Parts: sequence; C-alpha cells; structure tokens
Amino acid sequence: MLYSVIGHYSLILGLCFGLILVYLSIKNFQNSKILNSKILSFTFLQFFFVVISFLCLVLSFILSDFSNETVFNNSHSTNPLLYKITGTWGNHEGSLLLWLFVLTLFILIFLIKTKNQPIRYKILTLIFQQIIIIGFFVFLIKTSNPFNYLYPIPKEGLGLNPILQDPALAIHPPILYLGYVGSSIIFSSALAATTLNMVSKKWASHVKKWVLISWFFLTIGILLGSIWAYYELGWGGFWFWDPVENVSLMPWLALTTLLHCILVLEKRLILTSWVIILSISTFTLSMCGTFLVRSGILNSVHTFANDPERGLFILIFLFSLIFISLFIFFFFHKTNNNNLSNLFWLSKETSIVINNWFMMYFLSVVLIGTIYPIFLDVLSAQKISVGPPFYHKLIIPFLIPFLLFMTIGPKLKWIKSNLDDKIYLITLLITSILLSLLIVKNFDSGFLINTILISSAFYLFFITLRDFFTKKYTNISQNIAHFGFSLLILSILFNNLFSTEIITNLKVGQTFESSKTKIIFESIDQKKEKNYKSIIGNFSIQNLQGKLENLSPELRIYNQPNIVTSEADIKTTFISDKFIVINLVPNQDYFNVRYQVKPFMLWIWLSVVLISVGGLMSFFRKEYEK
Amino acid sequence: MKNKLLLLSLTSIFIIFFIIFYKSLQETNIYTPDEKINNEIPSFKVQLFYSNNVVNSSEIFNLDKFYLLNIWSSWCVPCRQEHPLLMDLMKNKKIKIIGINYKDTKKKAENFLLELGNPYDKIIFDKKGINAIELGAYGVPESFFIHNGKILKKIIGPLNKESIKEIKLLIK
Repeated sequence: MLYSVIGHYSLILGLCFGLILVYLSIKNFQNSKILNSKILSFTFLQFFFVVISFLCLVLSFILSDFSNETVFNNSHSTNPLLYKITGTWGNHEGSLLLWLFVLTLFILIFLIKTKNQPIRYKILTLIFQQIIIIGFFVFLIKTSNPFNYLYPIPKEGLGLNPILQDPALAIHPPILYLGYVGSSIIFSSALAATTLNMVSKKWASHVKKWVLISWFFLTIGILLGSIWAYYELGWGGFWFWDPVENVSLMPWLALTTLLHCILVLEKRLILTSWVIILSISTFTLSMCGTFLVRSGILNSVHTFANDPERGLFILIFLFSLIFISLFIFFFFHKTNNNNLSNLFWLSKETSIVINNWFMMYFLSVVLIGTIYPIFLDVLSAQKISVGPPFYHKLIIPFLIPFLLFMTIGPKLKWIKSNLDDKIYLITLLITSILLSLLIVKNFDSGFLINTILISSAFYLFFITLRDFFTKKYTNISQNIAHFGFSLLILSILFNNLFSTEIITNLKVGQTFESSKTKIIFESIDQKKEKNYKSIIGNFSIQNLQGKLENLSPELRIYNQPNIVTSEADIKTTFISDKFIVINLVPNQDYFNVRYQVKPFMLWIWLSVVLISVGGLMSFFRKEYEK
Repeated sequence: MKNKLLLLSLTSIFIIFFIIFYKSLQETNIYTPDEKINNEIPSFKVQLFYSNNVVNSSEIFNLDKFYLLNIWSSWCVPCRQEHPLLMDLMKNKKIKIIGINYKDTKKKAENFLLELGNPYDKIIFDKKGINAIELGAYGVPESFFIHNGKILKKIIGPLNKESIKEIKLLIK
C-alpha cells in the first residue's frame, strides 16, 4: 500500500524531471559552451526515481501486497521468492517499468561515458532520448499504471502463469530489453549526429561501442528465449517462427547489419546513409515489436497481454518517431559524393555491402511474414497465417551465397585486394564438398540442396577454424563470431536432418520396443512442492548396444492458477540431446510418452554463445584492425 | 526535387501503414491458442459442414479410434497437392479423416470436393478460423494425428508420402 503510493509519485517525479531536462537542454543549446552540470544531476535524479519506483513494485511483489492490482493479477502468496521477484517483469505493467529503468540507466551512462564529442551533440542526443523516455512515462502512467489500487483488498492473488515460472524466462526479458533499449541510444545519437552533420569516422567508432553492447544483449536475450521454448513448451523445437519470436529477430538482423556498416564507416567514410537508416530502423523495429506484442493484434502462442487502448498509444508514438526521423533524415542528411561508385569489386567493403543486402532480404522476409497477415485481414477480410515452411523456403536457399561471402569477405583487404592463398581456399572448398557428400549420401530427398548447404557451412567452418591457427589475421573477435555462425548453421542442419522421434502411450510397467530403442516405463513418484504437485515418471531407455539411461520427466499441477505443465527431462551430451516428455491421457492410466533424440542441440546454444562472445571481445578491443 | 518526391512517397507509405495498423486495432479479435503443452484435443463447439448441426468437438472423436484431423481450404494450393494422398489414406479402414474447412465459403469448398473427391468422414465448417486456432494450428494445410483424444503428432504444411507412411506405421 505504502510502496504503491511511493512508486506512483516517483513515476510522476521522473516524468517531471524529463520535462525539465528537455526545457533545460533546449535553453542551453544556444550557449552550449558550458556543459550544464545541472543536466547530469537531473538525469541522475530521473534515474533515481525510476529505480525507487521499480524497487517499490518489486517490494510489493515480495510482500504479496494484493491491494496493488498488478501484484494481484500476477502473483500468489505461495509462489517461491524468486518467482515473486521475477513476476515483477513477467507482466505488461512491470515490464514497461523495466523498459523505463533501462532507458534512464543508458542515457545516464551515455552522458557520463561520452567524452571527446561536441557538447551540442550530447545535448541533442539527450533531447531525443528524453522524448522517448517521456513517451514511455506518459504511456505507463496513463494506460498501464503498475500501482493501481484495489479496494476491498483481495485475500489472495491470481498467480503467475506457470509457464513463466522458469529461471531462463526470469532473466530473458531484462536481457532482451537491454538490447532493445540500447538501440534507442543508437537511434537518438544517429539523429543528433545527422542534425549536426557530424557523421564521421570518429562518430562511428564512438557509437560502435553502443551498437556492440546492445547487439550482445539482444543475442543473449534471443538465445534465452529460445532455450526456454525448447524445454518448457514441450514440442522439442527451439524456434517456431512465432510472431513474437520474429519481432525480436528483426531488430537483431537490422542491428547485425548496422554493426557491419559501422565498421566500414569507421574505415572508409562510406555507407553513411546505410548507418543512419539502420540506426533508425533498429529502434523502430524494436518499438514495432512492442506494439505488435502489446496490442494483441498478432495471434500468437505467447501473446501475454493485449489491450487496444495501449496499442493505440504505442502506435501513435511509434509513428511520430518514424516521421520525426524521416524528416530529420531528409532535411539534414548530406549525402557525400564519396559514394559506392568507387568501390572496387574485390574488396572487404564490397562483400560487406553484398551481405548487407542479403541481411535486408532476410529481414524483409521475416517482416512480411509477420505483418502481411495483418494487412490482408484489414484490406480484404481474409485471414492467413504464415508458418515455418514459408520462412524455410524463402531463407534457406539464400543462405548459401551468404555463407560464401561470409567466408571470402574477411580474407579481403579494404579498398582493393587480391585473394591470397588460393590453394588453401580451393582445397578447403573441395574438402567441404566431399565431406558433405559423405554425410548426405544416404538421403533420398533434398539431396542437392542439402549438399550445397552443408558444404557452404563447412567451408566457412574450416576457413574460420584455420584462421585461428594462422597469425596473419589479427581480427580474432570477428573470426570467433563467424566461426560461431558456421557452427550454428551446421548444428541446425544436422539437428533437422538427424532428429528421431517416438510417440506412444504407455502404462506403468509397460515397455515399448522399436528396432533401435527400448523404452521401459519403470514407475511413477509423486512429490509435493509449495505451489504445485508433481508426478514424476521414471523411464529407462535402452539403445542398440544395450546401454541403459534413466530419464524422469515430470508433470506439474500448479494450484494457482490451476494449470498442468509438463517438464521435459533432457539428457544433454556433446553429441545429442535425449528429450522425453509425458502427458496425461484423461480418465485413463495411460501416459502419452514422447521421446526424441536430437543431435547437436547443445551446439546450437554454444554457437550462439560463441557469436556473442565475438561481439563482446570486439567491445573490449581498443582498435579494430590495422 | 527528387528528394522531396521520395520523402513524400515515403511519408504516404507510412501513413498507409499507420491507417492499416489503426484499423486492425479497432477490430482486434484475439483467439489465443490453448496451451500446447497438454496435447489433448480442446473441447469446443463446432458447426458441421453438411448438416449445419452444432456439436461439441469431443463428440466427434471416439476414444479408441485413430483420426487424422486435416485443416484445408479451397483457396489453399498445397491442400490441392496433398488431397490425392488423403483420398488414398481413406481406403485404410483403421483411420478416419476429419476435415476442418478453414476460412472458406461453402460453395467453393463443395466445388473443391466435387472436383477432387471427398476423403472426409466428417467436416467441420470453420468459417472464421477460430477452431483451427483453438487447436493451436499455424495455418493451412496442417494435420493432427489423434488417438485416445490426444494429439499425438502434428504435421505442419502439406502431407507428403513420408508423413503418410509414418501415419500408416503408427496405426499398425
């Protein structure tokens, strides 16, 4: 009760500081010789009040204060402490407060860390950032206040959705938000730099740090979401091309492209328009994602919140930002004549530009697949939904040239270059083709496409692997990231090609036998936890060599809200995952058993970690490349 | 001049985007699929295609039989491709094929069946596409292999010879 009041008023104070900051910045913009120390302290105060407000909400959750509507809707007194805390951002209101928290944190860090840049630029960035912050404050206070008061005070809350009660999902939103919100800084500073006409090599190396850090968090955030989907949704897949997943993938694609463009800009002062447009679109795509998820327009497996009024607000806000940036871009951006026309065809920048176009293509496929159904519905009242086959058909063939350019590109030098050690390049190409032929030879369908795809992935794999051992290429972070990417593609391919699945109904004590495996349903145990009861099935899996393995999947029956979830039991090894999940067959003593062997699952996660480690290393490097 | 034209056209494109998003906000009708973890068939009211009777989904599926629930539509090209396979599967006595006619008009659907044959034991008429969403479907075509009131397997996209082979194996 007390905390709700404090939290609510801190939010209003934070909004006030935002308005004061905009006023101060505009006033001081004229005589920007002196960096107003007030600006820094006000930004700090704004951040401070958001922290207070956030802590108040966390405390309300910990104390199970059900006079607070958000707590009532999303918590229960029997929830474990961890999920009481993470419940804070497991809902719409709390997650927006988290957005604000990260927004204010980042602008504070930006102001402190940015040195050697013109003061006018810093102030202008602050103004743009404050516009976004104020927009979110108003949105939060007006349409989704986390501190709404309930009277009479309910005795018990409605509980947190059990599928959200999971450690991976507990840290997934904050990490993803760090990525999203980081892109807001890129957005503001790109607009500021365009307005002041100071898009330069120096600016590029300054903003590169922000690109890298948000890219890192976005990558890890997506990874966590994917891991969660793998073991919690219980279908054994890791990416469903669900609209909610797509909206996190789109900013990632834009950001990855931006990262490469920034590197070119830093070296050669070309691609300025690319950099600015991508900076703008990364953030707008993040906002667009927020709009699509929060408004409930999309039909999705995990639409957690929906409310048309909120949707309208974000929609107007999003499009005002788009129009502001559009006008700034057109009226202030000077295209330099030092343009693409003087790119030599065989050079690092050319290959980066080509792959940028591929990335833009992937981005548009995902974008169209996600929003075209909405358009069609409005324009012709037809309803379609787009599923995995669409994305696979449109994306997979284009991965081949993409992988090849990724292999060759980093071998080239800036400006103009020749290919060195051709012998190695050719031998490794032949090795990759032979190796993939060997792997694919037993397949009757999709022989050609699989061979080419696997060879190009192998090619990138071998080339990057070899580069670790030659001292010639000093750019280790890039090499790690690209190596990780080849590993990712390879593991996904092998995972798709070699996964096997057994589905059957079993009673306790029964045995299922197929030509390769024997599944023995040994017994069931029951367990009682604080907020759920669980039934644990004990299975022994025997393979051809007679090796036994014990797996115990679990069914959880949550008391509040009353939902049954299945927890898969997964045995992970370096080679493959054994995945088993059980479900109840109603009114019978049968259990539905689904057993899958999924090769290289671990490598999918590891390779994404490698990719992000590459980004992180680049962040800590002083100089990119000589 | 050229720049201004580009700006103008971009602005108008975004305005159109805005209007479309705005309109879709107005007519929001969300049918979030039920949880997929628990893969028993959800219970919901359905309208039958030929008789127009409204029945409960649980009345359609007997517990001890095998069913293939196939979502199709006359406007869907892959459905045409998979149709001969369904006609073939119909000959198998152990499995019954139930169709969900998804976002279609009755007349077009009837013509489709007249042209290519009717493999379905029963057809659910799902004009708004709600039943398909309740089943957690991604789109058309999509098929669910059902036994004991449980969705045992889900085939996204058109059926092919391999998936039919697999289904036949499962029945045995």
